[in-house]
Amino acid sequence: MKPFTTLTGVAAPLPKANVDTDQIIPARFLKTIARTGLGKSLFANFRYDEQGQENPDFVLNQAPYRNAEVLIAFENFGCGSSREHAPWALLDFGIRCVIAPDFADIFHNNSFKNGILPVKLPREICAALMEDAKLGGNARITVDLERQVVVRPSGEEIPFEVDPFRKHCLLNGLDDIGQTMQHKPAIDDFEARQRAAQPWLYA
Amino acid sequence: MAENRPRTLFDKIWAHHVVETLPDGTALLYIDRHLVHEVTSPQAFEGLRVAGRPVRRPDATIAVVDHNIATDSSRRTGITDPESRLQVDTLEKNVVEFGVPYIPLLDARQGIVHVIGPEQGLSLPGMTIVCGDSHTSTHGAMGALAFGIGTSEVEHVLATQTLLQKPAKNMRVTVDGKLPVGCTAKDIVLAIIGKIGTAGGTGHVIEFAGEAIRALDMAGRMTVCNMSIEAGARAGMVAPDQTTFDYVKGRPYAPKGEAFDRAVAWWSTLPSDPDAVFDKEVFLDAAEIAPMVSWGTSPEDVAPITATVPDPAEAPNETRRAQLERMLQYMGLTPGQKLTELKVDVVFIGSCTNSRIEDIRVAAAIAKGRKVADGVRAMVVPGSGLIKQQAEAEGLDRILTEAGFEWREAGCSMCLGMNPDKLTPGQRCASTSNRNFEGRQGPGGRTHLVSPAMATAAALAGHLADVRDYQPQGSH
Ligand code: SF4
Repeated sequence: MKPFTTLTGVAAPLPKANVDTDQIIPARFLKTIARTGLGKSLFANFRYDEQGQENPDFVLNQAPYRNAEVLIAFENFGCGSSREHAPWALLDFGIRCVIAPDFADIFHNNSFKNGILPVKLPREICAALMEDAKLGGNARITVDLERQVVVRPSGEEIPFEVDPFRKHCLLNGLDDIGQTMQHKPAIDDFEARQRAAQPWLYA
Repeated sequence: MAENRPRTLFDKIWAHHVVETLPDGTALLYIDRHLVHEVTSPQAFEGLRVAGRPVRRPDATIAVVDHNIATDSSRRTGITDPESRLQVDTLEKNVVEFGVPYIPLLDARQGIVHVIGPEQGLSLPGMTIVCGDSHTSTHGAMGALAFGIGTSEVEHVLATQTLLQKPAKNMRVTVDGKLPVGCTAKDIVLAIIGKIGTAGGTGHVIEFAGEAIRALDMAGRMTVCNMSIEAGARAGMVAPDQTTFDYVKGRPYAPKGEAFDRAVAWWSTLPSDPDAVFDKEVFLDAAEIAPMVSWGTSPEDVAPITATVPDPAEAPNETRRAQLERMLQYMGLTPGQKLTELKVDVVFIGSCTNSRIEDIRVAAAIAKGRKVADGVRAMVVPGSGLIKQQAEAEGLDRILTEAGFEWREAGCSMCLGMNPDKLTPGQRCASTSNRNFEGRQGPGGRTHLVSPAMATAAALAGHLADVRDYQPQGSH
């Protein structure tokens, strides 16, 4: 996993609440067996018309936002299905940070596991950041995970909260499995106890 | 002492599965059962292979194909869509390479992962159960802690049999009273989501309780738990009781003989203590529930079938007004229109929400001696091959096909636009599935979520209809 430390880039405004995973990556694009290549299908139902032509009104089809690294949206971002293809598609497009008032649980988890930082900020601040973002390529936003601040183009710093363990993993690009493997003796003990108490759980 | 604090069903199952608590409060949680399907597993197996890691407990894991497969006779000759075939082939290779038990496509036990888990006795009370699929919440009906995970977590469970999890908050939804005629478990859960909204359960595990929930059979409880995810919850569960134990007894993977008695003794200790405290409580009166239908593109946008389409002009704020306008436009609805006036093109009875034998019996009872309206394509898709066999043994397939329904092979089918069963743009569908998002059943498709009884009524009427006008004929 690629470490996330600090990021300065263009932010795309998506002033919508309840952006669900079917919108982020429609089900018809889930038939992959690898983690890469989904960026072209990100928000496909908004980005392309029925003939597959780009819709010029959609934000990610507009010049500066084609290189967006941050996405700003409203409440309940990532609701719907548990598909991890949603963060994969965002990541493959180049987005490494999503800012919203809140996130659906599974999406929130999946983001951290894929090196995407979800940042929760109150709705008014998200709205203000969207105004900044509307300035396009002239307005770069910095997301500094080490210091836990979002820096507006004006230089104003907005602090955000992040779970310390997840922060540690993201900063160091640490893979969860490797960490859990260090607890192998405890897992072995647990299984020995459970096998004695509930043998029907073991074939 | 903390151990003497009254605990909820969730607290107890959680405590039984904590391997270790990390300094920041994250738990390393042991997973008893891992269900795997073809869509969310290829990249997880890819990760194991790259890192040279084995599957820690193949005996606690089982794989099945459901999302991509055709539900007509063409499934026997092989999958034609190259991408679907690739996912299925990849799973079949992976289960061999990693030694994971697998239920093949043409096995009678094949079906939707959330239907076959309970059916096979793979999902048991008190277990922690995961699957790379949000509707894993279904298995919570067994009195288990069951939740959906992403592909990275699938890989984590395959490699370690554990997950890193933060404890959820406790929420209880109590439904007391008796459900009126024509209403089912599906109407209960749609009413709950209508009341608490799609974020009403965020961060919580919901325990469904109360007289009306206790009165449900296991199929009904599964329907309710299935849609906890649509209420934003991490999981949904129902306390195990005699109904649960009777259901489990004799299933292929359930404990047998003396082990079963021991298991029941343990399972009986799991229900929430009488004075356990919940972080959030919601109450509903079952007597006030009516047959429900969703009219919008979010599962919280539901109304009784007797209602009319809402008017965006009456929205409480600008955001909602814009959202309503967008929904009505997508759904092709006019404010004030009666829901019963909406003509349907397709009726879909199936999905992990409503494809069990009980659901099919309800549909057949209402369809018996009647005909599907002209121009309506109505399909019934059993949740598993065994349910299909059972329904055929009861003659339900004949009743349904005589009425004009298609009788199909088990799979996810039209629940999502991933296999050949799809809506075409603009088609309106009364569906017993769980999601009505834009494009869920195919691009441009318009979904109305309903119970199997209501779906059957819609098929017969040719429009959304009140099932109370379609009571079974010849029953006294
Ligand atoms: S039936 Fe629908 S909701 Fe259930 S597992 Fe299949 S696709 Fe998912």
